[in-house]
Amino acid sequence: MTSHAEPSELPGVTKEDEAPPAGPVRKQPPPGFTPEGRVGSEGKVLNVFSHGILVVWGLLVTLPLLWAVMSSLKTDKQIFTSPWGLPSALHFDNWTRAWSKSNIGDFFLNTILVVGCSLIGTMLLGSMAAYILARFEFPGKRFIYFMFVGGMSFPIILALVPLFFVMKNMSLLNTFHGLILVYIAYSLPFTVFFLTSFFKTLPSSVAEAALIDGASHTRTFFQVMLPMAKPGLISVGIFNFLGQWNQYMLPTVLNTDEDKRVLTQGLVQLAASQQYKGDWSALFAGLVLAMLPVLGVYILFQRQVQAGLTAGALK
Amino acid sequence: MQHGKYRFIAGFLALPVILYAVFVISPFVQAIYYSFTDWTGLSSDFKMVGFKNYNWLLHDDLFWKAVGHNVVLLLVVPLVTLGLGLFFAFMLNVGGRGRKNSAISGVRGSSLYKVIYFFPQVLSIAIVALLFQFTYNPRNGAINAFLGGIGLESFQQQWLADPKLALWCLMAVMVWSNVGFYVVLFSAGMSSIPKDFYEAALLDGANRIKTFFKITLPLLWDTVQTGWIYMGIIALDAFAVVQIMTVGPGGPADSTQVMGYYVYTKTFHDGQAGRATTIGVAMLIVTLIFAVIVTRLGRRERLEY
Repeated sequence: MTSHAEPSELPGVTKEDEAPPAGPVRKQPPPGFTPEGRVGSEGKVLNVFSHGILVVWGLLVTLPLLWAVMSSLKTDKQIFTSPWGLPSALHFDNWTRAWSKSNIGDFFLNTILVVGCSLIGTMLLGSMAAYILARFEFPGKRFIYFMFVGGMSFPIILALVPLFFVMKNMSLLNTFHGLILVYIAYSLPFTVFFLTSFFKTLPSSVAEAALIDGASHTRTFFQVMLPMAKPGLISVGIFNFLGQWNQYMLPTVLNTDEDKRVLTQGLVQLAASQQYKGDWSALFAGLVLAMLPVLGVYILFQRQVQAGLTAGALK
Repeated sequence: MQHGKYRFIAGFLALPVILYAVFVISPFVQAIYYSFTDWTGLSSDFKMVGFKNYNWLLHDDLFWKAVGHNVVLLLVVPLVTLGLGLFFAFMLNVGGRGRKNSAISGVRGSSLYKVIYFFPQVLSIAIVALLFQFTYNPRNGAINAFLGGIGLESFQQQWLADPKLALWCLMAVMVWSNVGFYVVLFSAGMSSIPKDFYEAALLDGANRIKTFFKITLPLLWDTVQTGWIYMGIIALDAFAVVQIMTVGPGGPADSTQVMGYYVYTKTFHDGQAGRATTIGVAMLIVTLIFAVIVTRLGRRERLEY
């Protein structure tokens, strides 16, 4: 190895993560001391090339979103005559019209109610099951664990038809509590899987100490283990929040009552009906209203979101 | 103590297991049972018909069309998505000019790129599908307007209404919404590869393309394989994009019909729940075959390294 290579470079800690956002290439500081000139010049050409391609994909990702925001502030006429033109005036009335007249506000509240309850239920039941599966020995443990984990790999659509009739027989169709129970049930496989391996990594000495001090199992779980598992709970919580907030197939099939629509299905049905009425600007406004909160949550918590979602695929 | 322990275990497991058994396990088991019946889904009486539904399925042209589309999705979408994901992640981590005495480094602002690329991943597929339905709109959509604006009117298309193009339009959307996830996933994997490996390879005269195939890809292979299965399941589903974006049941002239959507229409439009569950079982079989193939291929690749 060359003598001037920095040995302190830690894997996983990349310096460029702290660098300012990508500016124009020429504004970069002069290149440092490179081990070999050839490597340096290849790096330079590659650098320009990299930025070029990376910027193109960045535009491909952001332009459709920006286009939707722009269209949501235009009049219908402008949307048709100049799709890419800037809005002449900012028509925020589209947003208020979408919120109140097109019921986006109601869909929002429905979604918050359903996802809020499902998320609490998923985290509570998921962590309870995972704690038992990670920490206790009892007959049938492996069977229950694989039953849960196996659910991750099956296509939901296969269960959808019988599920519809299970719900129908229990009078749970088109009810919020029915939808909440289904959301919880379908979130359990990943939650149990993720949290079981997480609880296994936690030291057992603290829990044992609590038990010796006379705390019950239940009390130990809620007052000692759950607070210790906080990082894992946050990761899997964000994962479940995004999954349940974005769910489309389950509510489309199980929740067809107009007043109980969640945001995603409400928007889609609105689009189907509005295209005949021609209120395009309100549609775009509804779309933007639906996108903004998730994008906001994501930008605030982007590190945790990225970590949580990628952990899901890696395990 | 022992008695208390079992009571505690039972108490904690009861609710999750019951919920899971009623809403997840039992429907899966019932699906297989119903696939042998002539159930309409409308009334509660039905009788066993043996393999009749499976026989029907083998001779149903629309089903085979749907399978064909699913196979195309299964090959193209993961290949393009993972390919782009690897390419961008490599650029982010290795594409920068050598700085601070290290031969290999990422481009500046790589974390900003990652944040932006990830945007589509947090949006609901329903919202993404709606957005692109507008974008593809032939009259006032962004794509045709853009083509017109730069003088390429001849490239303007009917997009989703054109049976030849519709499926490709859907695939583009699926790629668009998933690439960012793999950029982040592969970046995380790449940043844990020791930089010495790259420096040694570069000093030995390997160029960056070679280092990618000799160092990065082999060391990342497990992650790629997991990603492939994950992406394959998304490609097999495709329910939301087909239902929301394309017209009619299954696109213009059934050009975007997929198994997932066929199950849905068979149940809720045609009243043939028995046959629908048969399609579902077929879908499960395709999923399992796919998973086995990917794991087999993966194992062979790893031995080579």
